Amino acid sequence: MDDSLDQIFVTLKHTVVGLCPECIQPLVSILLSIVPLVAVFPLIFALTTVVERKGLGRIQNRLGPNRVGPFGFLQFAADGIKSLIKEDIVPRAADKLVHFLAPISLVVPVLLLYSVLPYGRNMVPIDLDAGVLFFFALGASTELSLFMAGWSSRNKYSLLGAMRSIAQMVSYEMPLVLSSLSVVMIVGSLSLPKIVEAQMGHTAGITHWFVFTPWGLAGFLLFLVASLAEANRSPFDLPEAESEIIAGYFVEYSGFKFALFFLGEYLGLFAMAGLGITLFLGGWTAPLACLDFVPSWAWFFLKLFAMIALFIWIRGTVPRLRADQLMGLAWKFMLPMALINLLVAGLWHFMRVAEWPFGVRWVVCGFILIVPYAVFSWVFAAKVGKRTYRYAN
Amino acid sequence: MSSLPHYLLLSAMLFAIGLAGTLTRRNAIMMLIGIELMLNAANLNFIAFWRFSEHPEALTGVMFVIFSIGIAAAEAAVGLALIIAIYRHYKTTNLDEVRGLKG
Amino acid sequence: MTPSFTILAFLILASALAAMSLRNLVHCALCLVVTFAGIAGLFLQLNAEFVGFAQILVYVGAVMILIVFAILLTRGAEPAAPAAFTHSTWIGVALAVVAFLTIAGAVVTSVGPTPLAAAAPDVSVRAIGVKLMHDHVLPLEAIGLLLTAAMIGAVIVAMEEKRK
Repeated sequence: MDDSLDQIFVTLKHTVVGLCPECIQPLVSILLSIVPLVAVFPLIFALTTVVERKGLGRIQNRLGPNRVGPFGFLQFAADGIKSLIKEDIVPRAADKLVHFLAPISLVVPVLLLYSVLPYGRNMVPIDLDAGVLFFFALGASTELSLFMAGWSSRNKYSLLGAMRSIAQMVSYEMPLVLSSLSVVMIVGSLSLPKIVEAQMGHTAGITHWFVFTPWGLAGFLLFLVASLAEANRSPFDLPEAESEIIAGYFVEYSGFKFALFFLGEYLGLFAMAGLGITLFLGGWTAPLACLDFVPSWAWFFLKLFAMIALFIWIRGTVPRLRADQLMGLAWKFMLPMALINLLVAGLWHFMRVAEWPFGVRWVVCGFILIVPYAVFSWVFAAKVGKRTYRYAN
Repeated sequence: MSSLPHYLLLSAMLFAIGLAGTLTRRNAIMMLIGIELMLNAANLNFIAFWRFSEHPEALTGVMFVIFSIGIAAAEAAVGLALIIAIYRHYKTTNLDEVRGLKG
Repeated sequence: MTPSFTILAFLILASALAAMSLRNLVHCALCLVVTFAGIAGLFLQLNAEFVGFAQILVYVGAVMILIVFAILLTRGAEPAAPAAFTHSTWIGVALAVVAFLTIAGAVVTSVGPTPLAAAAPDVSVRAIGVKLMHDHVLPLEAIGLLLTAAMIGAVIVAMEEKRK
């Protein structure tokens, strides 16, 4: 394996730090970890906005942005400049200070989320012993900034949007945390690099990614749905449902503050996708043994882009849920499934210790997961009833 | 590194602020906030004593704070549920106006 | 005193004072967030990583959300009438000052500046987990039971009363 390409960023950082005088070396080292993160992910966000609009346009049988730059890919620059030079309007009744602080207090914790994700071999900004806990703690603290935005605007729609958003985020945090807990249980560590290491290696050319186990697959699906809800993405975008409450908690924001909310939301989504990749999709490891020559960081970003594409696809195809369906899904379906998944993860671990044959493990664990899934879906379907369609003449 | 008395004095001040708030504010939610402040001051004490103790590997203070945080969460949930129930009954959260034992 | 401690201490005390004295309840709650976050910072400074993150997760992520919801559900967000400074206010403040002086006196007279334990103690999450599962398994179970009971109790208490 060619190590030089794999470790290129690490080597680069060490070289630059080595060139600096000794007294500022720690500072330079910190800066060199922060600046790429703050530069790369907002850039991915900018490109994603264009790709998303083009992708959604294609799904809806139109063209999407195609005027600025080649194929419209410089649209983000135009949007950015527009939002920068727009007038910053603050409602007269608004609580000025809280109104000002809300977008900042959303973006700062979201940027901090990136500090614990492992982007490649030896490429983790901080290797925290309690990395997963850190991630969820900061993720939970963004709820408050949405409340600040909604409340300080003194607008019924924004308050409604904020309340919807908080209720939704609190409810979906349970399945989110519980589904990632299964990985923590199996690995026996909250440190994200250790979780990636546990997924390294191949058996007969196939990886040890957790998504290829019954509990891992169930956990990943639960995590995916919950992370969509946490990030207020469609089909869970009730907090900002344009057709119902105009734009939820950021109705009263304009110009760059609005752009900051947009940024915070997308960065939160990417961080959540990054965590999902780290927990279930093997982080920066290659899927097949023969693909090990590709640098580790390339795998991470490839997986990230695949997740982003999936999110865009979901947004283009699935209709928005109703508020009661949303809560019902979280508490009556995902929470019990996540708890059952924890049980299955434990069972999987002990069956490995007891050296049961591989096939039996699969059958037993899969059975325990599929039966409740079938029962829950049957109950759900019975309650919802047959869907009827009405078409315009 | 600051020494133990600094932390203890800080937590004493925090405790006093929480106590003053609980005693002077008449709003039930504010009183609950004051109680939370006092609990936090106690937690800070536990962690400070643990860190500056001779056997930090015993983790006693950490254990205490973990349990204390759990209990504080339960306390906040029940307390706020009670406040909402009281508000629904009396249409106020001012504890001076909540006098009747029998609604 | 290190600069980080001074900054954190100032932040905690100022925001706690604001949380206890501001008129608007939502402002109080938001100031309280700063206090909780500052205390979490102190925990991190004292090498108690796990507790610091747990503090943010539980207090900022859960307890504050509960408080904010309670404030909005009880219409506390509207600015209250100006607080009357009655006798009881002054008695309360005086009592708090007395409490502080008592504790501070005890601290100053009894605790000498203890030397810091040589190395930062090993507080890996694994060590905490092992401790919880071996030495403290009974309190752990008890707190699980307590939290379940509190959850059910809170739901029942806050549930709409049935009309007769």
